[in-house]
Amino acid sequence: MNVMMKQLRNTVLPIAATMLLFTACRKGDSIVPPEVTPVDTAHPHAAYNGFYLLNEGNMGSNKSSLDYYDYTTGIYKSNIYATANPTAVKELGDVGNDIQIYGSKLYAVINVSNKVEVMDVTTTKRIKQIDILNCRYVTFANGKAYVSSYAGPVLIEPNAPIGQVLEVDTATLTITRKVTVGYQPEEMAVVGNKLYVANSGGYRVPNYDRTVSVIDLNTFTEIKKIDVAINLDRLKADSDGDIYVTSRGDYYKVPSNLFLIDTKTDAVKKTFDIPVSNLAISGDTAYVYGSSFSYITGKWTISYNMVNIKTETVLNKNFITDGTENGIKMPYGIAVNPGTREIFVTDARDYVSSGTLYCFDPSGKKKWAVTTGEIPAHIVFVASSK
Amino acid sequence: MKCFKEHAGWRKKTSGMLFFMLCCGMLRVHAQQADSIKTRDLREVAVTAPRADREVNPGQKMQAKELERLGSHSVADAIRFFAGLQIKDYGGIGGLKTVDIRSMGTNHVGVFYDGIQLGNAQNGQIDLGKFSLDNMEEIALYNGQKSNIFQPAKDFGSAGSIYMTCLKPKFAPGEKTHLRGTIKTGSFGLFNPSLLWQQKVTDKISASFSTEWVNATGRYKFRYRKLDDAGHVTYDTSAYRKNGDINAVRVEGGFNGILNGGEWNTKIYYYQSERGLPGTIVNNVFSHVDRQWDQNIFIQGHFRKDITKHYSILLNAKYAYDYTRYLAPDTARLYIDNHYRQYEMYFSMAHQYILTKWWTVSASGDFQWNRMDADLRNFTYPTRYTTLTAAATNLTFSRFSAQASLLGTFVSEDVKLNAGAPYQQQFTPAVFISWQPLPSPDFRVRAYYKRIFRMPTFNDLYYTDLGNNLLKPEFAKQYDAGITWNKTWSNGWLTQAAIETDAYYNEVTDKIVAVPGDNQFRWMMMNLGKVKIKGLDVKASAVWKLFQQVNFNTKLTYTFQRAQDFTDPADSFYGDQIIYIPRHSGSLILGADYKQWEANYSFIYTGERYNSKENKQKNYVEPWYTSDLSVGRQFQLQHTRFHITAQVNNVANQYYDVIYNYPMPGRNYRFIFTVNI
Repeated sequence: MNVMMKQLRNTVLPIAATMLLFTACRKGDSIVPPEVTPVDTAHPHAAYNGFYLLNEGNMGSNKSSLDYYDYTTGIYKSNIYATANPTAVKELGDVGNDIQIYGSKLYAVINVSNKVEVMDVTTTKRIKQIDILNCRYVTFANGKAYVSSYAGPVLIEPNAPIGQVLEVDTATLTITRKVTVGYQPEEMAVVGNKLYVANSGGYRVPNYDRTVSVIDLNTFTEIKKIDVAINLDRLKADSDGDIYVTSRGDYYKVPSNLFLIDTKTDAVKKTFDIPVSNLAISGDTAYVYGSSFSYITGKWTISYNMVNIKTETVLNKNFITDGTENGIKMPYGIAVNPGTREIFVTDARDYVSSGTLYCFDPSGKKKWAVTTGEIPAHIVFVASSK
Repeated sequence: MKCFKEHAGWRKKTSGMLFFMLCCGMLRVHAQQADSIKTRDLREVAVTAPRADREVNPGQKMQAKELERLGSHSVADAIRFFAGLQIKDYGGIGGLKTVDIRSMGTNHVGVFYDGIQLGNAQNGQIDLGKFSLDNMEEIALYNGQKSNIFQPAKDFGSAGSIYMTCLKPKFAPGEKTHLRGTIKTGSFGLFNPSLLWQQKVTDKISASFSTEWVNATGRYKFRYRKLDDAGHVTYDTSAYRKNGDINAVRVEGGFNGILNGGEWNTKIYYYQSERGLPGTIVNNVFSHVDRQWDQNIFIQGHFRKDITKHYSILLNAKYAYDYTRYLAPDTARLYIDNHYRQYEMYFSMAHQYILTKWWTVSASGDFQWNRMDADLRNFTYPTRYTTLTAAATNLTFSRFSAQASLLGTFVSEDVKLNAGAPYQQQFTPAVFISWQPLPSPDFRVRAYYKRIFRMPTFNDLYYTDLGNNLLKPEFAKQYDAGITWNKTWSNGWLTQAAIETDAYYNEVTDKIVAVPGDNQFRWMMMNLGKVKIKGLDVKASAVWKLFQQVNFNTKLTYTFQRAQDFTDPADSFYGDQIIYIPRHSGSLILGADYKQWEANYSFIYTGERYNSKENKQKNYVEPWYTSDLSVGRQFQLQHTRFHITAQVNNVANQYYDVIYNYPMPGRNYRFIFTVNI
């Protein structure tokens, strides 16, 4: 028996030791530092110091990430959240769906992580996490944040919860009021004392919702449902008290479309008959793109366009003028710098690898492009604190 | 146009049926021949294919004894010790475990249960975690195909194949009944009793029955931990994996018979399970409520007989029904309650003719019918008719042997709704050679080439809002060259040693990949991908006799794989290693037997990988490696044999993910108690 043990020791131990040596290369999982890319010359006196870009990350990947472009240095930093908040367990989260700034706070709505992450605008450090199930977008008015959520109370149909909007006090960062809206609410905007909410009904295919909910902010009740079209998505207010709202269509027979709502009458004023997936309004122009997909043809058609919001007419002109659009696989986000009027378009490419952010000058010529996180989608500009 | 298409589809189908009927006709003719030669002694020609080291493509195998010593829970756990494959393991007892052979993708793997392929027309993947080792006689892995020309056409139809063979009753003189009861318990709240009963019916017929119940909470601790640049811990969080419970029952039984120069068997298999789907662990969401119910039933039969001294016939038939219900009842998310039903019928006939002592030819024809129903909105309700024909030849000389086969595949589909896939017809070849360069048979050189494809699955083609009915098959081309060396010694401390090495180059083209639609919840399947794979498999094994009564077994595998995405030079990941494939991986098994005692140490190593297409730091996944230890002892009380095993798995308590955000268990324990009567 003793001999056997010795033999064992002589054989097994060296092999085990070799194995350990062989596998000593597990260093421990470390925080991934930002990717730093200089993209432009420094503009120290810009009206906007920079912008945050929220990357959605593919669902289930937990790869939502935050990028920041600093105009004062001309440097783009991708994936800054984890380094700024090293103690946040499993980092920023899964599917970042919206990002906005109100006062000195940065609000990121992380859909699958069921939370609104509230950060300091200058340091990007977490101030608080507000848990909201299946939250989608955020907008602000009078010291309050309004967050749309798919997860409202379970009403008539137990398996298709109606949506709601939650009011959050921006000082205490606590939920103060709730209002039930339509099914699967998306973007919102405040005009006067009314909150407009685009209801998609995306969980109820083919019985989409087709309304915009109008919420009175005093009573926080739904005072009207405006019938618009199926599967509503984007909703933006212009400077004239009108609201632009988009429909995704049904991907089969009903195409994507753009509508105009007059907030004085709370009725649809105009139908533009152009496909719109996303839009950004700046000055007198709405910059739009449409990436409409049809299961009938099995193809998606990508188009870029502009709408004059004063005359409320489609310009039928691409805002990209140098042919760069041919290299954009999947436009996913759009923004315009209010100061410089630079137009930003993000390319989500194949959704599972790094995307690209394009910066165009106001005449539509490419200034620069940079690699972002996965599914770059939402941009918010940081005003200079002068 | 539509009318023409339908007509063409019907024509192909009828031709498939005609072919099959032709085979049946032949069967009748041959059956008559069989009657007329009944008196002849057929024992001489009972051996129909070269075996063991003479196999042109020997494959990798694990036998019952070794499987028992390893004590793995499922086939998926045992198969990790083969070279050249990676398991996609979603973690836990009930977690999905699929296999990817030589980086060609899960869909290129054919899985055979007692000689007949397990189908899944819906998504083309077989969950190997479902299959117990309790009644396994052998698990074998073949790259290319099994080196046997006398087999159904389907056996020629995958890029790589796994064969699970159940225990066949073998009775010593005087024995009539074997009874074995096993209870496994341990971590994860596991309670897993099983029963195996083998009965001799007549001298030539035996029956077997095997049943098993797996019940587990699936609860285990996992841990995520991050460090900063300086190596300080920034967060370290532990939690218990929830909703990983499983309750599954397997019942199977059948008859095995021996004929004069032949054999037959029949089998009925039933599996039923309910399990929780523990889901991804992401920020702020550590548990899920999704559930899945499965039911799998199949009946199959197999018949092989040497009709004349030169001519043999092989028949196989199967009917299978598979049911899955997927429920996502989270009220805050999209509610899903889908039911999927799949039906399969399969008939195969193979003929072999021995022309000369060194030359054999074979022909086989299979017909398969698949249908799928699902309560998805706007579902297509597809039916697929597959006809496979194969012609193969085998040459065996004293120092050289070769096999060549040509497979014809003819697929047509019918749909109730929407548009169906167009008719497909493909001819794919394979060539295997084996050469013994020296007078000693210890050393052999071999090589193969095979071109094969996988059909788009029903999900690829028809999944509502995702499928693309115009998909083409996805092709895989393989080139392989290798050596085998093995030697046995009758005295000395080393009694047996073997080394096997293969270098290979594979190409996957028209790879079916999901391409996003206009938002991230809408995707579309496309024939877009292209992957080139350079690889090296090394397998070494030895049997040692270190001390009079101590036998040592050692087995080592090493796999190198450079699998690169060459889809589009404009992609940021062009030329990058594909997702979840390590460049280096390997395994080690050390087994020792001493009198009634046995001990086993096993080690798995998976090198660094990437959890997305880009080989960037943000997608980097650390290597992981686990050590498992087990000790067992046999007891005998008169005619009853007892066997007790205790295991510690993942001894070093390493926390890791095989699939990103699906944490694997840390250290866990298992106890196995077996009674043999």
